[in-house]
Amino acid sequence: MDLKNYAIPDRVFDEILTNNNRARPGLGQLVSFLKKNGIQNLNERKHNAELAIQTMGITFTVYTEGTNIDREWPFDIIPRVIHQKEWTSVEKGLKQRLQALNLFINDIYNDEKIIKDKRVPKDLLASSKDFRPECRGMKPVYNTWAHICGTDLIRDGDGTMYVLEDNLRVPSGVSYMLENRNISKRVMPELFKNHDILPMDDYPAQLFDTLSSISPRPLDYPEVVVLTPGIYNSAYFEHSFLAQRMGAELVEGSDLIVGDDDCVYMKTVEGLSRVDVIYRRIDDLFLDPEVFNKDSTLGVKGLMRAWRKGNVALANAPGAGVADDKVVYTYVPEMIKYYLGEDPILPNVPSYMCTDKKQLQHVIQNIENLVVKPANESGGYGMYIGPRESKRRTAEMKRLLKANPRNYIAQPIVNLSTVPTLCDNNLEARHVDLRPFILQANKSYVTAGGLTRVALVRGSLVVNSSQGGGSKDTWILASKD
Amino acid sequence: MLSRVAERMYWFGRYLERVENTARLINVNTNLIMDLPKVKHIWESLIEITGTRDAFDQRFSRIDERNVMKFLLDDEFSSIKAAILGARENARTTREIMPSESWVLINELSIYMNKHKTKGINRAGRHELLDEIIGICNQITGYLEGTMSADTPYHFIKIGRNLERADMTTRIVDVGCLNLMNPELEIGQYENILWMSVLTSLNAYQMYRQQVQDTVNGEDVVDFLLKNRQFPRGVAHCLAEVAAACQSLPRNDNALRSITHAQRTIDQNDVIALLNNEKLHGFIDDVQLDLSDINGELTTTWFQRNVDQESNPSQSFTQTHLFT
Repeated sequence: MDLKNYAIPDRVFDEILTNNNRARPGLGQLVSFLKKNGIQNLNERKHNAELAIQTMGITFTVYTEGTNIDREWPFDIIPRVIHQKEWTSVEKGLKQRLQALNLFINDIYNDEKIIKDKRVPKDLLASSKDFRPECRGMKPVYNTWAHICGTDLIRDGDGTMYVLEDNLRVPSGVSYMLENRNISKRVMPELFKNHDILPMDDYPAQLFDTLSSISPRPLDYPEVVVLTPGIYNSAYFEHSFLAQRMGAELVEGSDLIVGDDDCVYMKTVEGLSRVDVIYRRIDDLFLDPEVFNKDSTLGVKGLMRAWRKGNVALANAPGAGVADDKVVYTYVPEMIKYYLGEDPILPNVPSYMCTDKKQLQHVIQNIENLVVKPANESGGYGMYIGPRESKRRTAEMKRLLKANPRNYIAQPIVNLSTVPTLCDNNLEARHVDLRPFILQANKSYVTAGGLTRVALVRGSLVVNSSQGGGSKDTWILASKD
Repeated sequence: MLSRVAERMYWFGRYLERVENTARLINVNTNLIMDLPKVKHIWESLIEITGTRDAFDQRFSRIDERNVMKFLLDDEFSSIKAAILGARENARTTREIMPSESWVLINELSIYMNKHKTKGINRAGRHELLDEIIGICNQITGYLEGTMSADTPYHFIKIGRNLERADMTTRIVDVGCLNLMNPELEIGQYENILWMSVLTSLNAYQMYRQQVQDTVNGEDVVDFLLKNRQFPRGVAHCLAEVAAACQSLPRNDNALRSITHAQRTIDQNDVIALLNNEKLHGFIDDVQLDLSDINGELTTTWFQRNVDQESNPSQSFTQTHLFT
């Protein structure tokens, strides 16, 4: 296969090839593999991957499709590669970041030191949609609120890796990361002979250890369960995958009950059985109809009571999502300095705070060259990408910004890096991001790599699977010394 | 083990067995019609056995081979396709419990069925389709048997499988008798062939032959299928399996009592006399009620979680409940 016509867009970093279409250092074998195998051969492998995905039942759900509730997971066979040397530093950066975020969450629900010291403004929290006053005064073990975090990383044209957002609510994708590796091994086995790729499949075991470590009862075998909203949820596949790999029960709200003793029990064929740790994949507001959304049928009545009394551990803790807010995000570098006395290892994407009048003015004047994001949305919904929007949408965005500046942040456009991707009988450059997963409680852990998401439409920067994105296996290539 | 999961395992076992049974039933009747081209109403008996008359009449005005095949292969609620979907949905929601390869096999079954279901409408491709379906079902059953610990989850699959089997066997015996007594069918001289087809639809011919040294006749066949304790599809055997599985479950008093009741119904009646007095049909109704009672006890003891739970799966073959 010829790579001469492979076109990397202007000012974009390609993860595999240099600007004159040569292999990046250490990737010679991968590139010559692509060159040596014709398009037909690669298409055949792609087809085999699709078959495997079908029979393994790797699916995700799209809500808008009516009756067709599960859809096959989109996967591109060509991996994204990162050298271990770079990864070691990313890993440190991710741990550092989550540590600071946890200290922050613990602080704002307790002493509010960072506010008293005027390092973040007080009204920031008052206006955060995910601040939960019900959680004030709580001190979860290890002071950890966000036990599982999926941070989105992107690489700009100059090769710098930036943190795009921290997902501290119920980040998903880790099961697809693991399944991508399985498929990759199956359809490209030769590549694993010549490359020293760090394994990643210990994640479920690490997750189980993390969850066990926060059990309120010091037992050898704490009862850990995964709480899912049910099969209609887009990540149901993942919930069931993780429960299976951890050997934990997968429960729905109706399987659980809070007893008169304020402990949580599950309904089993033997009768009621006590639950110690709940890895909940349900949003805060649906957790407990007694405290939050009264109409929620997904949650468990009295769950917050049990949690507040320390009879059950919740991961992530309710209220942890406050640090997911995109305006709070802009203060993370400040938090790292404040709580840890360290310089941030991973930079934030430079962001404009629209609550600041000068910055808001700048944003409105330059809106056509900026990305504007709602502070509290995930999944890429509601995002405004300056150069691509209609005049009407631009006018609308300006109006929204002026009306409610706290709801938005603006960022310069980062030219997401690209990876060769198999599209219609050709290898083409497609934009990617990366979501590694970080665990934290008695110790910290970062997955060796993460979920690489790829925008399958030419030129598109939207990688979300709910909006036509695909995925790739991610290799961390061991250093050769 | 969660009550919800137990319930799904049970229904998984039932649906998977239903897929296999329905496929066998069609296979045998296709075979039989070639021996008895002049006998009418054979296709009607398939609709009777599966107890789907009302649903069928809503969709089709005429009972003929083509319509019956369309209905039993592809109907939204009462077909092999629907039973596969039922098995798959129950498996999908209990994936953390079942060995992962069984999930792959179920997907293969579902993909195969969706791709090839129209093959079975005409006789030419029917055998191949049904054989493949039966093959994959056996593969799944064998795989589970070989890889699942003989623990609570497996007990529930086993209970589901054997109750469904007992249910199917009673239905097939029932329709065999009704056909025989129906003068319109003019079975007469073909009585032997009819009973042989009843045996083969339950894969019972060989085992019957080894056990019963007489010619194939109604009395021995009915007795064999209802009372034989060794034959895996015999009602008495199925009930013994259900009882054995329940023995290892907690809080099993009421369930065991209902099983014993059904076993007594079978043991204490002289089925040959009933057959000769044309009273077998009423007796089979009693057995079906017993089976339905067992299902009810299972639900109350182990599945019931709270009042506003999703509506329970039906007890009858006709309605198909899907966890979707």
